[in-house]
Amino acid sequence: MIRIENLKKEFVTPSGVRTAVKGLDLKVGTGEFFALLGPNGAGKTTTISILATILKPTSGSVRVDDLDVEKEPHLVRQKIGIIFQDPSLDDRLSALENMEFHGRLYGMSRNQRGERTETLLHMVDLWDRKDDLVRSFSGGMRRRLEIARGLMHYPRLLILDEPTIGLDPKTRRVIWEYVHQSRKKWGMTVFLTTHYLEEADSADRVGVMDEGSLVALDTPEKLKKMVGPEIVILKTDPHSLESVRQYLENTFGIRDFHSEAPGELSFPMPTGVESVINIVRSVPASIRAMTIRTPDLDDVFIQMTGKNMVLNQENASPFHRVYRGKL
Amino acid sequence: MTEGVIKPLDSPIPLPAPIYRDLRAIYTLWLRDIIRLWRDKVRLVGSLIQPVLFLFILGGGLKGRFSAGFSGGGNYQQFIFPGILAMSILFTASFAGIAVVWDREVGFLKEVLVAPLSRTAVVLGKVLGGSTNSLVQGLILFSLYPFFGIHLNPARFALAVMTMFVIGLAQTAMGIALSVRMSSSQGFMVLLNFIILPLYFLSGAMFPLNGLPKWLSIAVVLDPVTYGVDLLRGILLGAHHFSLPVDILALGAFGSIMIFLAVRLFNMESPV
Ligand SMILES: Nc1ncnc2c1ncn2[C@@H]1O[C@H](COP(=O)(O)OP(=O)(O)OP(=O)(O)O)[C@@H](O)[C@H]1O
Ligand SMILES: [Mg+2]
Repeated sequence: MIRIENLKKEFVTPSGVRTAVKGLDLKVGTGEFFALLGPNGAGKTTTISILATILKPTSGSVRVDDLDVEKEPHLVRQKIGIIFQDPSLDDRLSALENMEFHGRLYGMSRNQRGERTETLLHMVDLWDRKDDLVRSFSGGMRRRLEIARGLMHYPRLLILDEPTIGLDPKTRRVIWEYVHQSRKKWGMTVFLTTHYLEEADSADRVGVMDEGSLVALDTPEKLKKMVGPEIVILKTDPHSLESVRQYLENTFGIRDFHSEAPGELSFPMPTGVESVINIVRSVPASIRAMTIRTPDLDDVFIQMTGKNMVLNQENASPFHRVYRGKL
Repeated sequence: MTEGVIKPLDSPIPLPAPIYRDLRAIYTLWLRDIIRLWRDKVRLVGSLIQPVLFLFILGGGLKGRFSAGFSGGGNYQQFIFPGILAMSILFTASFAGIAVVWDREVGFLKEVLVAPLSRTAVVLGKVLGGSTNSLVQGLILFSLYPFFGIHLNPARFALAVMTMFVIGLAQTAMGIALSVRMSSSQGFMVLLNFIILPLYFLSGAMFPLNGLPKWLSIAVVLDPVTYGVDLLRGILLGAHHFSLPVDILALGAFGSIMIFLAVRLFNMESPV
């Protein structure tokens, strides 16, 4: 469905040339659910804008369903449904008018438009508000309308750029159910970027992007295995945290530390150590608590990009700190 | 409510021929502008206040002062009527450019740019929407013509409406061409004032073109808006400064160049 080869994108800004995407190679199969993760500024939205024919590549080739995005943009556009990271509604029109406008632009007949609008506005629970101007909608309601609109013309490829930001859990579940139903129904391919990593868990494959290129690409299971069998979380006195970190790094060669709360240190279980107990016993400071859990995509993300996902979100507490072996 | 199961990998919407698809899209973009115009009646009425003031107060006040025959022998109020019509169209039409910048600011432009229509269709849709908008305003003002002692036969009436539409078309295209690189509507307003006000004042909308100082008469000839105003005045009052073919040719050329430019600029990558 998607074939990206050696894609490069440069922006010319007043402060010089900024390379947002550096030699990206990626294939996504038809019907696949692909999730692209990466810290802020990694180049995810830029990649998507090129896929959706809004931006032109500086070099490299991008094909959607075997159509070149530069040579046949109009054919590519008909196949794509996209939910942008940033708002994209006409807030002086009603919900219904926004849907109508979309349906007309994509060449749908009056019947198709009416039927799809009704189904989708019910799905996102906006049918009762269909005649209200979008200006009067809450942030989450606008988001829901954008998602309904993106699905309206039966896109072959659905691009979701952080689609569920600001949505309540119930809405999120309903929308995901509908997306998966649509995948089954007409073989829709899904290309997702998200910072809610549990959403990427059900993807067929996950790519991690950092500073403009892919640093990991595999199924969620394999990526988690790469991190290690287990993640160890130690709780200690905040003052001795740094010395514990240094000790663990020097003695066991552990890297990729991170901290989710003050006085807490987590790291992948090093290979070649028989038991966590051995580690805890030897640490020259008092350990108050210890937890072991299996790795999730957060751990993959941290290991691959050296960045703590939590820190990228607005609600991160100032106490959170990233520890990195390289520092 | 329940949809039939669609065969996987079958696109349920047949792909129309490119021309047909673009025509539909142009109509859709135009329709949106009309809906928004209708919804914003306050702005429609508000923007009529300024030209009406010009017509009745400035025109009325100076009517008795300059009696020495304006072209065609009319009074000053009659003389500026076509000029005020052109002004109203000029300013409303330029607003179409601001609307594009607004669409960019609120993000709606992205929705249009990823839709399956050519960039040319985007520009034509916006140009048609903007010029219809300015024509509506122009027509409301135009309907005042009997009050100024102007008499029109149906042919002249139709010609006047067509001329107003073409002026609006050219001016909308100019506004859209200028909007391509602009991402702030405030900045765009400033730019527009820099360009539109001189174009307007130099067009001879407010003063007769004979007996001007040399530098001014050169500037007037270079100003594309001059020919639209002259054409309109010729149709309404029967008095041209230039000849009819010159006016029509100049106005047509200006409109075509502006539309071509807007399409060209829009086809390049535009920031969103
Ligand atoms: N129009 C632009 N002009 C200049 N630089 C840009 C432009 N758009 C993006 N960039 C730069 O390109 C880089 C990648 O941005 P992009 O929006 O693709 O990141 P992202 O991975 O989507 O991040 P986020 O998770 O915050 O959405 C950033 O450094 C950004 O500043
Ligand atoms: Mg982004």
